Amino acid sequence: MSDPAPVMPEHPPVTDWVHDFDHTDPRWTENPFPIWDELRAECPVVHTKRFLGCYLPTTYEAVKQIAYDTEHFSSRRVIVRDVRPEATASAPPITSDPPIHKPAKQLLLPPFTPDAMKKLEPRVRAICNELIDEFIAEGKCDAAARYTKHVPVRAIAHMLGIPEKDSDHFIKWIHEILELGIKNDDVLMRAVHEMTEYFAGHIEQRKKQPTDDLISTLMNARDKDGQPLADTHVLGSLRLLLIAGIDTTWSAIGSSLWHLAKTPADRARLIAEPELMPTAVEELLRAYSPVTMAREVMRETVVSGCPVKPGNMVLLSFPAANRDPAMFPDADKVVIDRKENRHAAFGLGIHRCVGSNLARMEMTVAIEEWLKRIPDFRLDPAGQVTWSEGTVRGPRQLPVLFGKAG
Amino acid sequence: MSKSPTLRLHVDQDMCQGHARCKSLAPELFELDEFGNAHEIGDGTVPAGLEDKAWLAQTNCPEIAIEVTEE
Repeated sequence: MSDPAPVMPEHPPVTDWVHDFDHTDPRWTENPFPIWDELRAECPVVHTKRFLGCYLPTTYEAVKQIAYDTEHFSSRRVIVRDVRPEATASAPPITSDPPIHKPAKQLLLPPFTPDAMKKLEPRVRAICNELIDEFIAEGKCDAAARYTKHVPVRAIAHMLGIPEKDSDHFIKWIHEILELGIKNDDVLMRAVHEMTEYFAGHIEQRKKQPTDDLISTLMNARDKDGQPLADTHVLGSLRLLLIAGIDTTWSAIGSSLWHLAKTPADRARLIAEPELMPTAVEELLRAYSPVTMAREVMRETVVSGCPVKPGNMVLLSFPAANRDPAMFPDADKVVIDRKENRHAAFGLGIHRCVGSNLARMEMTVAIEEWLKRIPDFRLDPAGQVTWSEGTVRGPRQLPVLFGKAG
Repeated sequence: MSKSPTLRLHVDQDMCQGHARCKSLAPELFELDEFGNAHEIGDGTVPAGLEDKAWLAQTNCPEIAIEVTEE
């Protein structure tokens, strides 16, 4: 008889956000902004006993301090979950601390520079139009299921040199790892295993027949001693690119279209003043930052006057930091021509998102191509918008009607 | 009328994390290296007429890595 599966804790509804927060609570999933405002007014760093103990900083200053402090806060676990098994599959460089972080990250940076993204842009534009072609005649669609979901996954598949048609596998694994995996270890381990097997196959193929894609780039990389990377390192980085590169941008594009669906004035302005797009994309990234990271407290320290103790995780909420009124005037408003915007949507410090230039390009292109083909659209009153739970926030159902209302 | 001061830019290489916001806002004033990290073009002197772009880049750098000085 096999051992019973570990009993996962219940998640009773939250009644006291200051002392018992839970980022998987349905209220947080639906609309986290008032919760963060309430917590920020109370204390810059709050704590919950859930998730085996976890802190949540909600001010820009506190989030920034933790992001910069790699001495007291480790990145070895980057998702806050109900369990903390010892053997986690690493995904360098996101799960790396200094000094091994920098060489691991430098390998990944050159393929993701803005110039490299310019080369990929025509393919992404084509992907967007191929998707729109499939539903535009219907006069409506679920924009999350039929558009925003597919843009990043096809783009990263193109970069990695794996078939774009395998996208559905990736989407399933990512859902299992980032959402179901918070509360179900078996599902998470199975997804990681399947993903690892998939990439191991692609690595073996390239050992026989090298290609000029990102997988081969990683296989050909040399460490500081001139040695090739171990297969486990290559696999870890590939897992990272897939996990980090899909859900996140799917969410960012989705939140942007959700905002534009209910804000005709911003839509009209972006169409009339396309040169505003880069500034608007940064503002949408600030207001609807999809990614919350995590750290593990390694040594006792003080953050914004609050003591933090080892043994706890930290939910590193870049989204909450980006809504801090002490940092951003009218923090709760989307101002698409906001001039000063030091937002932290891609993190701060050494773990700045390696794919930030890719994400920006995908967002820009996906919004531009949508507005060209579907300049007028609105939320479908007969449908329901639903949001993802946990670490990455964005619409997972986004039913919209095309054309002017009435 | 007094001549407005000349601005000079400098990107702190230890603080820059390659967000590339400066390059996007003021491509005339910044370059990126092979890793995507930014540095000022030339000696960082801001040509007349580009002062606003210099300040814009400075106020949008998430790492506060850009220093602008008046000469």
